[in-house]
Amino acid sequence: MNTVFQKPETLTDVQMHYCPGCTHGIIHRLVAEAIDSLGVREQTVGVASVGCSVFAYDYFNCDMQQAAHGRAPAVATGIKRVLPESIVFTYQGDGDLASIGMAEIVHAAARGENITVIFVNNAIYGMTSGQMAPTSLLGQKTATSPRGRTVEEMGYPIKVCELLATLDGPAYLTRVSTHDSRHVLQAGKAIKKAFEIQQQKKGFALVEVLSTCSVNWGMTPVNALKWMEENMVPYYPLGVYRDVTAKEGN
Amino acid sequence: MAKVLMKGNEALSEAAIRAGLKAFYGYPITPQNEVPAYMAEHLPLRGGVYLQAESEVSAINMVYGAAGAGARVMTSSSSPGISLKQEGISYIAAAQLPCVIVNVVRNGPGLGGIQPAQGDYFQAVKGGGHGDYRLIVLAPGNVQEMADLTTLGFDLADKWRNPVMILSDGILGQMMEPVEFSENQETVKVEKPWATTGAVNRERNVVNSLDIIPETAEKNMTALLAKYDRIKEEEVRWQEDNTEDADVILVGYGTSARVARSAMELARKEGLKVGLFRPITLWPFPEQRLRELAKPGRKFLAVEMSAGQMIEDVRLAVNGISPVYLSNRLGGMVPTPEDVLKKTRDIVEGRVN
Amino acid sequence: MPRGEVIVNSELCKECSLCVVACPQDVLAIGKAINSKGYHSVEAVAPEKCTGCTLCAVMCPDVVLTIRRKSPERK
Repeated sequence: MNTVFQKPETLTDVQMHYCPGCTHGIIHRLVAEAIDSLGVREQTVGVASVGCSVFAYDYFNCDMQQAAHGRAPAVATGIKRVLPESIVFTYQGDGDLASIGMAEIVHAAARGENITVIFVNNAIYGMTSGQMAPTSLLGQKTATSPRGRTVEEMGYPIKVCELLATLDGPAYLTRVSTHDSRHVLQAGKAIKKAFEIQQQKKGFALVEVLSTCSVNWGMTPVNALKWMEENMVPYYPLGVYRDVTAKEGN
Repeated sequence: MAKVLMKGNEALSEAAIRAGLKAFYGYPITPQNEVPAYMAEHLPLRGGVYLQAESEVSAINMVYGAAGAGARVMTSSSSPGISLKQEGISYIAAAQLPCVIVNVVRNGPGLGGIQPAQGDYFQAVKGGGHGDYRLIVLAPGNVQEMADLTTLGFDLADKWRNPVMILSDGILGQMMEPVEFSENQETVKVEKPWATTGAVNRERNVVNSLDIIPETAEKNMTALLAKYDRIKEEEVRWQEDNTEDADVILVGYGTSARVARSAMELARKEGLKVGLFRPITLWPFPEQRLRELAKPGRKFLAVEMSAGQMIEDVRLAVNGISPVYLSNRLGGMVPTPEDVLKKTRDIVEGRVN
Repeated sequence: MPRGEVIVNSELCKECSLCVVACPQDVLAIGKAINSKGYHSVEAVAPEKCTGCTLCAVMCPDVVLTIRRKSPERK
């Protein structure tokens, strides 16, 4: 018998604080596996954000910085510009990236900043107990949209990949999902590619990963995967929104 | 090296580059625009990175990242922009990262104006952002000091792993004076084993300001406060002239100190016993020396371009032993030596309470 | 002799069942034993059916599962 699956080296032994079934844990592992497979753990600096992933610095077994709410792309820029040979990634949720941090992510993308952004979209503020997020779906009930999100009151959810795809700066933009094992494997490939793009100094790479929040959505972890597949995937279409390597025929 | 004629903002910028600056992250705002322009012109040609951020908020967080990665890094702005940086400054102080932040102060509050002022004193020396923290605050009084205190600022930042603020103003930034840079101002390279440079052959490093466990958070705060106490013991700087026999000691920093010096000279010509006390470090404030100078019969006059801010620290220092009066102008108006002299005469002749 | 083996680190399990649903062979089920965090950990209730496909581990958010397999390649 050979070991064919085990904890990646780039995850620490600290038990993650996430709620049962939270796909943050899966996405953490995919990031760690990507770093392991490229052999860049010793040159990687990760940037944790604010939200449920605020403690990410405890889980990734590499140098880490903890950033203020929404500012991770600016912090990552500061690091990458003085350590251009390092591998720098941010790990941000939807409130952090698409609400308070909108200026930072748009400008990092527009500059073509050579960093990797892991954007976890679960359509809600998890850490602060379930408020409406910029990516909450129309009709979605949250602590601050108790009768459901309406266009009249709260406007439309923000589609980050589509928004950033209007810019010339990004090298790689893709949206993936974690609702079943096939999609998780695809997400892992996308995340690995987003690190390779940086390694090859091709510029800004962002992977939007659709994710669950079963506790704040008010359902079991298994049902949350189903809800995500049936409600989030149709509104946030999966796929590649920018890939400069495709142009090169790779 | 021969003396050259430079604007204060340019002298500060040149000194920063000579101190081994690796990155400058800025955003336009008057009256500090000479700093980013000088950096954009020179820094990339001398081994550093210049980047115009999308906002002051982003600029200070880029400083956080670069400082955490072990680089000598700075940003500059002016009052409204410094307000926007306060969140990042609090994080930098809490994560104990070294950097230099320049505030070329203009009048406020609000959008205020673009004329010189000192209304950011409280913000600079009392914290400014959230939580219990201190900046080391240096107050240059001429163009030479714009350069010299910038050099010192980088050394103090690295020595104490603490953000340093250069509290300048629109006059000091824009005025031209001769300035001399020593041939080699490359400072001793400080080892930064805590920096996030990639975990090669060592345990991983984490730059962080979060601690949700009250017991350890209190311990960390106690350690931070102990550091501040050591800074207070070791880094207080000031200048004093004619204080020995003075009946009235003028207290002022930056541009106000220049005005106060002229007022002192006028007063001495009239035979009035007037001295000058100029804090160079606004935090730590030279409170011990001011307390020593306080005595019954001696009076203090705080000269400010703010509504009575530094005067509070002077009063705390003299602790009721001597009365402390205020001479100030607001709104970007600069006090004249005659204004200060008149107030000094009024004090000497007992026309003020 | 099964083709695969799933090793459970019960202390890390949070009883979310994502692996149970992911397994095409119904190897796994939530067990009766309670770990130190108060969760019923997953167990291999039909270990003889395990093919070592790793899909359970792929869906596990807490890296509870280590997978061993006879053939060295991971498909």
